[in-house]
Amino acid sequence: MIYHQVLVVGGGLAGLRAAIETGDKLDVAVISRVNPVRSHSVAAQGGINGALANAENGRDDTPERHAFDTVKGSDYLADQDAVEIMTHDAPIRIIEMEHWGCPFSRTPEGKIAQRPFGGAGYPRTCYAADKTGHALLHTMYEQAIRRGVQVYEEWQVQRLVLENGKTRGVIAMNLITGQLEAFQAEAVLLATGGAGRVFARSTNSLIVTGAGQAMAYKAGIPLKDMEFIQFHPTALYGPSILISEAARGEGGYLKNNRGERFMEKYAPKAMELSPRDIVARSIQTEINEGRGFGDPGAGGYVHLDLTHLGKEKIMERLPAIRDIAMSFAGVDPIEKPIPIQPGMHYTMGGIDCNADGETVAEGFYAAGEVACVSVHGANRLGGNSLLETIVFGQRSGAAMLRYVMGLDKTRQGTIALEAALREEKERVEELLQRDGAENPGRLHEELRNTMFYKIGVFRQEEEMREGLEKVRELKDRVKKIHIAHKGRRYNLDLARNLELEGMVEMAEVIALGAITRKESRGSHYRLDHRERDDANWLKHTLAYRTDDGPRLDYKPVTITRYQPEARRY
Amino acid sequence: MADLDVKVFRFDPDTDDKPRYDTYQVTYREGMTILDVLFYILENLDGSLAFRYACREAICGNCAMYVNGLQRLACKTQVKDLKTTELFIEPLPSLPVIKDLVVDLDSFFGKYVSIKPYLIPAESPPEKEYYQSQSDRHVLNEAVDCILCGACYSSCPAVWTDEDYLGPAALIKAFRFYADSRDGAQKERLDLVAHEHGLWRCHTVFNCVEVCPKGIDNTSAIQYLKKQAVGRALGMGVGKRAAT
Repeated sequence: MIYHQVLVVGGGLAGLRAAIETGDKLDVAVISRVNPVRSHSVAAQGGINGALANAENGRDDTPERHAFDTVKGSDYLADQDAVEIMTHDAPIRIIEMEHWGCPFSRTPEGKIAQRPFGGAGYPRTCYAADKTGHALLHTMYEQAIRRGVQVYEEWQVQRLVLENGKTRGVIAMNLITGQLEAFQAEAVLLATGGAGRVFARSTNSLIVTGAGQAMAYKAGIPLKDMEFIQFHPTALYGPSILISEAARGEGGYLKNNRGERFMEKYAPKAMELSPRDIVARSIQTEINEGRGFGDPGAGGYVHLDLTHLGKEKIMERLPAIRDIAMSFAGVDPIEKPIPIQPGMHYTMGGIDCNADGETVAEGFYAAGEVACVSVHGANRLGGNSLLETIVFGQRSGAAMLRYVMGLDKTRQGTIALEAALREEKERVEELLQRDGAENPGRLHEELRNTMFYKIGVFRQEEEMREGLEKVRELKDRVKKIHIAHKGRRYNLDLARNLELEGMVEMAEVIALGAITRKESRGSHYRLDHRERDDANWLKHTLAYRTDDGPRLDYKPVTITRYQPEARRY
Repeated sequence: MADLDVKVFRFDPDTDDKPRYDTYQVTYREGMTILDVLFYILENLDGSLAFRYACREAICGNCAMYVNGLQRLACKTQVKDLKTTELFIEPLPSLPVIKDLVVDLDSFFGKYVSIKPYLIPAESPPEKEYYQSQSDRHVLNEAVDCILCGACYSSCPAVWTDEDYLGPAALIKAFRFYADSRDGAQKERLDLVAHEHGLWRCHTVFNCVEVCPKGIDNTSAIQYLKKQAVGRALGMGVGKRAAT
């Protein structure tokens, strides 16, 4: 049995930051299914928010203003104490990344450059061209190397092991050899990202499967606010690759098939720089009402027009966007508008935890997109997710350090871990031996289409019920999937499909949460309940796993300074 | 476009004595990438196929492989751009095969680590950010785009013939930090790369430049470091400012 005092699952920004925080004083290891620089943090583009007040027209920005924008953007579902912590820590963590070598773009005077972003009152989004996630993740990885952080690469964690409410470790599979192994630890942090691939038309990396949420849920940890799924306004038509909000931050226009900047109908003041939920719905409305382009059967699209920005600005500020548009759509945005449509982008909900990453189980922590602190509430502002990873990665690392230093007894739970390892081996064996008739690839396709088209940008009771029914059908059918390849070495067929059951369960949690919440708030927009209902629904959803499906419960939202008001942009 | 005739390199060291090529028929659809082709095979034709992937948008660097005779990212390579229906998909040449298209990148990452790929500032940092001029930042533009995919390393004849050669990716990282106005370890950085398995082993073949999916001019960066090393040997001092 492998032992480390602290195990961090996930090698993206949140996980590496936590490992760096504990690495000097404790024996910490990171377990990641990919080399850390392949993690989905790398794909973030537009930037990271912090009230540095570096921009010419942003000199009086403050963490308080950042907090207000975040709370308003969240449609008042974020916990305001947690938001205040995040916006307060933002400049500290961003400067730290700069000191560690992050190649931020610069203002003329040599400070970190900041650009306008949706829902923000000031140019607050620090950036490295339009490759900010890449710049941050490589910098974080460099610092992990500098400190000698140990990484188990290409290990897929299968199970979180708890015993009497205490964390004992995890069971993981070495993807190269196919061997399962028990890892014992005093503290475990999940930093495995969101559940994007439960949906069709996702901008997310193919490895963003909700595995972390599913694992915690299965271990009895409640998931919070899972019905809040962010649809990004501008996913590239076809492959759904993200086209950064920076494109609009730098002055890009959204236009319909009449050439109109249609946002003036929906958000006359903020226009294209309204929060994502509002812009995504506006685009979808244009498409639905016949003012889009293309084949409505393929979802249709509108134009993101950058041509007026000019070659120089596009090459300097948005080079990656240009590269993506040219490589994947054959469009050079210097000359032609980019075809875009809304796409699933971010999981606001996640493992219920506090601002130190602590959960209901002792020694079990969560940070980053897998977690729900909650700082995003019902709608995350662009630029706040990279921020969340480094702020709460650091904080949960510090919390694990305090926790482990305070323990009397260590290396507990050997028997529970051995039992869990046996069970996981049996589960794998059973899956390989199973004589099922279901093609897992097709089942996954049915699942993601169901979720996108039944519990998508616009929601209503009847469709969502159909969706839930379908998900429950898939829950039965997933037990009959057929794994074609029986070998152990780098068996993708096995590794991917071990997660399918968890993905179906996440879909069920999302669908049930959405059906039950009879209001519209942030990204959760119901055509049959179009208004926000603070009297009944200003509360967090909690989903607990039972054999019959999720059991929902609720808990209050923490409000400090900002009383809910109507959200206008 | 007609159906694709896809030949894929196959080798599982657990069960196979030697590698072979399997052929699959794949129906082309508009916008199909090499990664789409591989997923089609995996999900419909052959569950035993192994390959790496993640972001599918050319930023994570996990899917570099050898497609129709060049190192490329599977996700970024459009089938139609290959202008043929015959595809030939192999693992990155010159690297040990773990299984099928999955290669062992330990030597690649080991060399990357050896050049100390992290900022080493001269003094303790200021309270706020280091100031860096836009032109100083501009120098780093290409070098910071590296995604560590290994395409350049696999394409380099100097890597093929000298197993200790650091290779283009490690050297571009060395350049990236050497040239960073915030870094204070120029002397140490040159020591780490100015040797027969480092800078001098680059024979300016430019394969790395040709295959880099991010369009990085590795060779010029290496030549820049060579000039710095020569300048130092001639007593012209170390560091960007001293040499320019």
